Amino acid sequence: MAEEKKQEFWRWTESNWKNPDIKWEDAKIVTAGIDVGSVSSQATVMTDGKIYAYSNMRTGSDSPDSARNALNYALEGTNMPESRIDYCIGTGYGRVNVPMADRSITEIACHARGAHFIYGPDVRTVLDVGGQDCKAIRCDEKGKVVNFLMNDKCAAGTGRGMEVFSDLLSVPIVDVGERSFQIKEEPEPVSSTCVVYAKTEATGLLRKGWEVNEVLAAYCSAMAERIFSLIERIGIEKGFAITGGMAKNKGVIDRMMKIIDLEAMKTDWDTQIAGAVGAALFGYALVQKGRKK
Amino acid sequence: MIANYGYKDGSGDYFIAIDTDKCDGCGKCVEACPAGVFEVVDEDPNDPFREEPLIIVVVDKRKKIKYECGPCKPPTNRPPLPCIEACPQDVISHSW
Repeated sequence: MAEEKKQEFWRWTESNWKNPDIKWEDAKIVTAGIDVGSVSSQATVMTDGKIYAYSNMRTGSDSPDSARNALNYALEGTNMPESRIDYCIGTGYGRVNVPMADRSITEIACHARGAHFIYGPDVRTVLDVGGQDCKAIRCDEKGKVVNFLMNDKCAAGTGRGMEVFSDLLSVPIVDVGERSFQIKEEPEPVSSTCVVYAKTEATGLLRKGWEVNEVLAAYCSAMAERIFSLIERIGIEKGFAITGGMAKNKGVIDRMMKIIDLEAMKTDWDTQIAGAVGAALFGYALVQKGRKK
Repeated sequence: MIANYGYKDGSGDYFIAIDTDKCDGCGKCVEACPAGVFEVVDEDPNDPFREEPLIIVVVDKRKKIKYECGPCKPPTNRPPLPCIEACPQDVISHSW
């Protein structure tokens, strides 16, 4: 029997980074934020409120392990012992299962704070499209939440939905955005973004004679509409920042921004680390206030 | 802060909005709600720097509030909702 070979098209690359300009030995306060999400986990280490190192990995079946792996990966090659971290905060779905965390804070607060940091103080609306949920947050000039909404009941319009779709169509997840624009004419959005019915939807269209890129375009635009309907509820203000993995998919984001009729803010940071950055910043603020709990 | 708890799915939008700036955690809605949708907590889970008590929607109820709130929302002749009636500060609102 021929050996079955299956490529995993949804697989995105894990990464870590450290700031070569910072010497952690000189830092007064070192804090860490660990965001254990449903699909990906991030750890960010901050020295005196500046990002020193971070990592971005897939979440395993075990939250404590995922948290530890993420932190170890972030600290890789830095020579910093874990004991140097003054305060560590856990966030995300697995936040109560982060063994080294001094306390946990919800991802809503952390994402607003993190987006405010990586995108700058002009941020007023934060959209986080994560692995299995979608959060829309409005914040003030200090990064404090003023209005939020989270949808985590339905996976339609989330990162995981896109992963499933890229696998079904055998298109690497990083190419989805680009390829969804390689079409002659913008197709009608698919009728349902439901992840369970994704296969029916995709094969149906392919059988009708659609090209793969057209199917991608139809799915991306359905997702854009779906996400837009959520943020509409909290109101959209200028200073629109997108965090989470979906921010890297321009097929969805460009179509959504067209509906919103705004320009999305830009950042050089990895958009997936926003939650962990926010957590580390809260840690920094709490240490400064001397309010260790 | 307006905290929207609930969800959106194929059948509609189901959110309970809580205005945390007005809420003092008196707990009258907790007593009034027949389904136990609300609870008083000591600090805002979404604002680590706020330490006054306030209400939140119980975590386990968030993904089924359409059904939890169903009995108070008959399709015709809907009476005022007990949670909204009970609140002296006008904190709670429903999206559906």
